[in-house]
Amino acid sequence: MTLLDVTNLSLSIGAFPILRDVSLSVDPGEILAITGESGSGKSLTALTILRLLPNCTRLSGHLSLEGQDLLALSEEQMCDLRGRKIGMVFQEPMTALNPVQSIGDQVMETILLHSSATRTEAEAEARSLLDRVGLPAERFPLSRYPHELSGGQRQRVVIAMAIAMRPALLIADEPTTALDVTTQAQILDLLRDLVRDYGMGMIIITHDLAVVADMADHIVVMRKGEVVETGSTKQLLATRRHPYTQKLFAASNHQADLPPPVTTDPQSVPLLEVRNAVRDYPLPRKRLFAPAEHMRAVDHVSFALHRGERLGLVGESGCGKSTLTRAILGLEPLQGGEILLDGSPLSGKGLTAEQRRKMQVVFQDPFGSFNPRHKVARLITEPFHGVSDAPTGQERDNRVAEALIAVGLNPEDADRYIHQFSGGQRQRIAIARALITRPELILFDEAVSALDVSVRAQILDLLAELCSAYGLSYLFISHDLHVVRSMTDRCLVMQKGQIVEHGQTKDLFSTPQHPYTKSLIAAAPVLPDLATGAA
Amino acid sequence: MTRSLFLGGVLSALVLLAALLSFIWTPYDHTALNIPAKLQAPNAEHWLGTDHFGRDILSMIMVGARTSIAVALVAVGIGMGLGVPLGLAAAAKRGSWLDEGIMRANDLVFAFPSLVIAILITAILGAGAINAIIAIGIFNIPVFARVTRGAALSLWQREFILAARVAGKGSARISAEHILPNVANLLIVQGTIQFSLGILAEAGLSYVGLGAQPPVPSWGRMLADAQTMVSLAPHMALVPGCAIILTVLGLNLMGDGLRDWLDPKLQGGRA
Repeated sequence: MTLLDVTNLSLSIGAFPILRDVSLSVDPGEILAITGESGSGKSLTALTILRLLPNCTRLSGHLSLEGQDLLALSEEQMCDLRGRKIGMVFQEPMTALNPVQSIGDQVMETILLHSSATRTEAEAEARSLLDRVGLPAERFPLSRYPHELSGGQRQRVVIAMAIAMRPALLIADEPTTALDVTTQAQILDLLRDLVRDYGMGMIIITHDLAVVADMADHIVVMRKGEVVETGSTKQLLATRRHPYTQKLFAASNHQADLPPPVTTDPQSVPLLEVRNAVRDYPLPRKRLFAPAEHMRAVDHVSFALHRGERLGLVGESGCGKSTLTRAILGLEPLQGGEILLDGSPLSGKGLTAEQRRKMQVVFQDPFGSFNPRHKVARLITEPFHGVSDAPTGQERDNRVAEALIAVGLNPEDADRYIHQFSGGQRQRIAIARALITRPELILFDEAVSALDVSVRAQILDLLAELCSAYGLSYLFISHDLHVVRSMTDRCLVMQKGQIVEHGQTKDLFSTPQHPYTKSLIAAAPVLPDLATGAA
Repeated sequence: MTRSLFLGGVLSALVLLAALLSFIWTPYDHTALNIPAKLQAPNAEHWLGTDHFGRDILSMIMVGARTSIAVALVAVGIGMGLGVPLGLAAAAKRGSWLDEGIMRANDLVFAFPSLVIAILITAILGAGAINAIIAIGIFNIPVFARVTRGAALSLWQREFILAARVAGKGSARISAEHILPNVANLLIVQGTIQFSLGILAEAGLSYVGLGAQPPVPSWGRMLADAQTMVSLAPHMALVPGCAIILTVLGLNLMGDGLRDWLDPKLQGGRA
């Protein structure tokens, strides 16, 4: 018997239709992946199954779990069902736990709520659950608090809460999106083991097709609230009947067409040179008047970037790559070493106007990197601040138009506000802002990490075009190995503040030398080789 | 537009209109004594009755509104004018001695009960509207400094501020250009609330005789005058009392409504 059966489920919030005729089913012990880009309705499908919907929603269709019609249940009966029959794992482990409750209390809460267990029994049960998800008693007593755990460990606690009552169905909404690749691999393994051990059904919602291909038995591809294609993983990967599915897979595997690398004279003055850079952060004093201790975020890093070169910097969160970027931008002082831009050292007081004109940056968050109260023209001319020969009047308008055209937007967009643009368009505007001073070097700080795959593919193509047109040099900072591999000529791998390996991108990915690089490459989920047209 | 914004706006507008109208017209001269007509209950000639000197209460309320609004407005102005720059500076230099200094000075001011200190200040400097303004204004400074700093701190973490720093803009320039417009909503709402508190504080100071001095009418002093007459002429206390309540209620409703109206997060959209 099917565990979960969803037939022709439609949902509208107010006057807006959100889901249209969604049908899917999950068997016990089966993993179903729902995939699609943001706004496709995949998360709302999960919330609909749990009936955790905002007010003013209208639902129609059929939704049943183990033969029981969920749409006919009262809110009270649903409360009893949630947590007991259906468990849920959320995306952001940093916010899914209550920071003022110990992890033991939070796992016990589900047990105490849904069973008649005494506190002692619940405690024993919580202990065995935490052992099961890989948090052993000696290192992770029940009295630990969420802030004492890393992101991956927190996600394990969230999973322990979700499986506490041995639910028949586990829903995991982007469970590993906020985690590093090596942690992601461990969490996915854990989920797979749990499904097998408990014979649960699981729905995993993710935008990452490599994870989908790796985990799922069945796949549902959604777009704009509709299911466009569904099938068993093997068959769907082989055929990819719907054009949207094809597009999605093509975009995930996208290789931007970079112009061939420029050969550089190693004797010439590098465009950017970092020599033995050290950045320490003072830690809070343990006692008053005790000498402050330091955390070394960047530890004797040295590298050089020559004109026309495209250099990658990869590493997991907390490895110091963002700190290094900020130091290069002159936003953070160094405690040792120096950074030279085109042969002239950056002073401790930040960059000179001329240095700023030569070096620009594109940040990660397309929603947070613009002042919502300014128009596009004002936003993208901000880098001209303090530049002595900054264009004015008509010349300035021409430069704005030129930059907007270069990134594939219209000159008329200069008069619009930033909230009128989509995420991908905003990232284009961010690139326009970086291009407007005609810089020689651009830093891309996780510049495509927040974008959907198809938008990401477009932005990568745009970068490749700009490379051909302007002969750009850039430093591409990312945790995404796949993107770094396709966008750079040379690559640095950073771990715990140090550069542990560097080399030609090609060689580094095919024959990694350092154990850390090897583990990174091994942990990154890869799409199976999909020969186009092959059955 | 929410219901509370509408109701609060109407009440506040009525008070403001009454105050403005009093410059060109009041039913009677608010200083004219008319002993034979003293202690009249509301009637056709004196809509809100007369006080123990036979003065027309409606006229006094209208002119009193002027005093209340002027005192509260200038006090909020002092609070905003000094508090907002202090808050912006503290946020810009987060964790520095400047930040610590500003915030600890704020704590110091917060540590004293405001009305008691206001009474102390006016007692030292002498009673009068100007000194009441100063006393109330001082206590508005830390409120605005804290609100501004709190909101500005989270803005400083945003990437558009990072982008401005990369463009080489100094912290003063960033504060004025990027931070201030983005905390303006909050300041408008807080300003409305502080305005109502200012009206209350002015009434309180006048009540104990430390606010505006006769013959300038003030709601607080009207209440004080009414105290001995409460059993004889309850309207003398009720009218200024209701005026204060309705004004404060109106301003608070408006503040609440403005917050809901200006906060895009509560509208469920990013736009």
